[in-house]
Amino acid sequence: MNVDYGQIFLGLLPETIVVVTAFIALAVDLLFLREAPNRERFGFALLVVALGCIAAIVSLAQTSPPLRLLDGMLVLDGTARFIKQVILVLTIITAVTSLESNFTKHIGEYFALLLLAAIGMMLLVSSDNLLLIFVALELTSLPLYVLTAFNKSSVQSSEAALKYFLFGSMSAAFTLFGLSLLYGISNEITLGGIAAKLGGKLEPIFYVALVTTVIGFAFKIAAAPFHLWAPDAYQGAPTPVAAFIASGSKVASFFVLARIMMAGFAGTEGSAAWREILPGWVPLLAALAIASMVLGNIAAIAQSSVKRLLAYSAIAHAGYALLAILSNTQQAFGSLLYYVVTYAITALGAFAVVGVVENASNGEALRDFAGLSRRAPVLSFCMLVFVLSLAGIPPLAGFFGKFYVFTAAARSGTSLGLLWLVIAAIATSAISLYYYLQVLKQVYVVSAADNASPIRASWPVQISIVLLAIAVIALGCAPDLLLQKFTALQTFAGL
Amino acid sequence: MLAWTIYLSFIGAALVALVPSEKAVLARITALATAVLGFIVTLLAIAQGQATATLRDVVSVPWISAIGANYHLAADGISITLLLLTGIAAIAGVLFSWNVTRRVNQFFALYLTLIGGVYGVFLSFDLFLLFVFYEIAIIPKYFLIAIWGSTNKEYGAMKLALYSFVGSAMVMIGLIAAYVLAGAKTFDLIQLAQHPFAHSFQHWAFPLVFVGFAILAGLWPFHTWAPTGHVAAPTAASMLLAGVVMKLGAYGALRVAMTLFPDGLNAWRDEIGLLAVIGILYGAGVALVQKDFKFVIGYSSVSHMGFVLLGMMTLSVVGLSGAVLQMFSHGIIAGLLFAVVGRMVYDRAHTRELTALETMNLSRALPFAAVTFVLASVASMGLPGFSGFVAELQVLLGAWKVFPVYTVLAGIGILVGVAYTLRVLVKAFFGGVTPALNPGEKGHALAAITIPERIGAVMLLATTLLIGVYPRLLLDLIRPSFDSPLMQTLWKGTGQ
Repeated sequence: MNVDYGQIFLGLLPETIVVVTAFIALAVDLLFLREAPNRERFGFALLVVALGCIAAIVSLAQTSPPLRLLDGMLVLDGTARFIKQVILVLTIITAVTSLESNFTKHIGEYFALLLLAAIGMMLLVSSDNLLLIFVALELTSLPLYVLTAFNKSSVQSSEAALKYFLFGSMSAAFTLFGLSLLYGISNEITLGGIAAKLGGKLEPIFYVALVTTVIGFAFKIAAAPFHLWAPDAYQGAPTPVAAFIASGSKVASFFVLARIMMAGFAGTEGSAAWREILPGWVPLLAALAIASMVLGNIAAIAQSSVKRLLAYSAIAHAGYALLAILSNTQQAFGSLLYYVVTYAITALGAFAVVGVVENASNGEALRDFAGLSRRAPVLSFCMLVFVLSLAGIPPLAGFFGKFYVFTAAARSGTSLGLLWLVIAAIATSAISLYYYLQVLKQVYVVSAADNASPIRASWPVQISIVLLAIAVIALGCAPDLLLQKFTALQTFAGL
Repeated sequence: MLAWTIYLSFIGAALVALVPSEKAVLARITALATAVLGFIVTLLAIAQGQATATLRDVVSVPWISAIGANYHLAADGISITLLLLTGIAAIAGVLFSWNVTRRVNQFFALYLTLIGGVYGVFLSFDLFLLFVFYEIAIIPKYFLIAIWGSTNKEYGAMKLALYSFVGSAMVMIGLIAAYVLAGAKTFDLIQLAQHPFAHSFQHWAFPLVFVGFAILAGLWPFHTWAPTGHVAAPTAASMLLAGVVMKLGAYGALRVAMTLFPDGLNAWRDEIGLLAVIGILYGAGVALVQKDFKFVIGYSSVSHMGFVLLGMMTLSVVGLSGAVLQMFSHGIIAGLLFAVVGRMVYDRAHTRELTALETMNLSRALPFAAVTFVLASVASMGLPGFSGFVAELQVLLGAWKVFPVYTVLAGIGILVGVAYTLRVLVKAFFGGVTPALNPGEKGHALAAITIPERIGAVMLLATTLLIGVYPRLLLDLIRPSFDSPLMQTLWKGTGQ
């Protein structure tokens, strides 16, 4: 095989930049800033991270023809480039919002791990090769486990990390088992190759491979009934880390899950149409989607911790995103990307506000948000935007995301076959308004305790929260801004 | 030009939100100016002949190419009637909230956002756009009630928000299904209405979308949000809820559900007509036994909205124009009644219990309120000379041909309406019991009716009188609207 190393280097340039950035952040902090005050170390590391990520984003902005190197190990097209840019932007904002929280002295390590996780996500979205997908998945997960435990003074943080780690390694085992079976059946390691070899033939062993792969990913995206780690991990982890798990890691995982299902399992869809259910991956995802939407939305009602509430809402949102995947059309893929990108922006914003409040009042229970509109008017308005977007109220991005997913689902198949899933989704989303309003009630209706003082976030945090809110409004009012990106971009081979 | 009603409201909302919370007067004046400007825009559009009974486009530009949604605003006589109603109700609402002192800027920002959403719904001819505006109107209602309300406000606010959201979820299912069946190319109402949907589809889609909208119009048995919501809301919000928001539901049912699914409409016509009549009788009956002044008005709204729904089910030009006129008329009268109860009486007497009010002899203490309420009651009872008479008469005339039994029952409903209105009028204002009050004690200590209240009351009374005496002002706008190809689809199912 003739390997062109120059091209590989060029293709991996953004990842290389991020790796180097991670090492610089780590080295500088360890070598020169040991004695400096925490704030300074944070600021410097943040600067390095931001510059590195921006350089990587710029290097991704060049429009070159789609690349497919080393038999699909590295696949780079417009969509993958765009998703990588999104991941990098989310990483920068996560890093900025870490400025507010005060959970660690290991600043260099913190930012290095954050970047390593980002590299895992970037690789995840640009590979067609089962092995590399698995490696990238682990590269994403391992730093996130460590980051979850990063608040050493909190028992909850360690407990959350342990849970996350145990569930995560379990899911990795499932994924690996499923992928190895797939390789065994088809003797192929790329998604397109597998689909071609399977040719829609459904042997019993294939079902084992399908089910274990899906279970592995269901853990990752926290779809019910494999969601049990999520509420604890979200609540126990330092808030910026929880935000990163909910945003960047979600975008990458959904993207790769959609590609494995749509491209790798092409021809074995089965059907989830009402009364015409046929075995395949679509009905499997339909079951997960229904379970997630119902369980996530109902369990969220009972929560008193805002982070747990957001965790259950994330489970519900995983259900809606699964609906987009199982619709299995070109339009559905576009709707999935719009949905997860806008969801990631919204969730990151919501967590950032929670982080600020948590820092100011030492808690993130619902009652800690009482009277926030008086204590921090701008942040409160941003929280209003994020929460209403999660609830799916127009003209915010979350509304169009849901609407687009629902129309894509209703269009797929013949004569409204998936409408029953859409109805379930719309019905559960109507329930969700209740608990989202519980949060907003605390913020705007309930008055603050007498001794409550104004909350001031530092300006970089404040600015990034406001920018996220503006993005949520802008993408909701003009969804074409994002959608045109997807339609103009080339889509992956096999989709 | 009409599009500016929407933009002005949202701009006004943003401006008011930026006013510092200490500067209450500035916030009020900005809100009032915005409301007045919105109304003037509508009047100007009529004066310049841009707004007539025939359907004409205001704006139509592509919006979201991925789903084929356009930013398409248009208006016909029905829209214009409701725009006028929104304008008047908005102005009156600001005038009757002049005494709001807590978080004034936020109050009016939410208020104007709600108004903007309402204007948007009445002007949208693209279903996606209509749906967006429809949902924009939900959230401000929640906050207006939960923050500034009274009696059980959080319960009432949440109930209203959830009922609205469930209703819009039902509408959304129907819209998406219709959009996909029609080829998934457009959300344009006029184009979708031309699509011949299969009868079996219409049979379930029509009740889904119709009831989804009609929840907000207070269709029995989904009306229960209305009394609790109205009672919990601050005066301006009650006025808007009864005056305008309930019309959103009726308008959506008429404009969307009925035009898209004429076969379904025909199949369910009798059942919905029955629900409307039950609503008329039930609302009136329950209003008869309420102890709380505001609950009486709340239930009377359910009863009066029953006439709107009944009129819509007649599927005759007389009945339908009666329904639209009733929307207008009830919007004005209910606004007036809520203003008297919530602002003039409750804000001064701090009670709405009829037994307590009986002892206060309010006709002496608040003569202006008493006169206003007498006139409003007369209008509400449907006496000639007021707008309610023309509207309800037309509804009954239209209904007589198709639903003779329902018509008789609705007529009984009017009689019960007279009974509960007189009862509450006597109890609240002419208690007759004149307790020996020491000067300075309650009864004498009530603050005088302020100028903004007087202006608002006179404006609303004048409107209902004007339309009562000269209904053609509006009927000439409403009636020809039913000749447009869009509204002609209403008759498709009946084979007329």
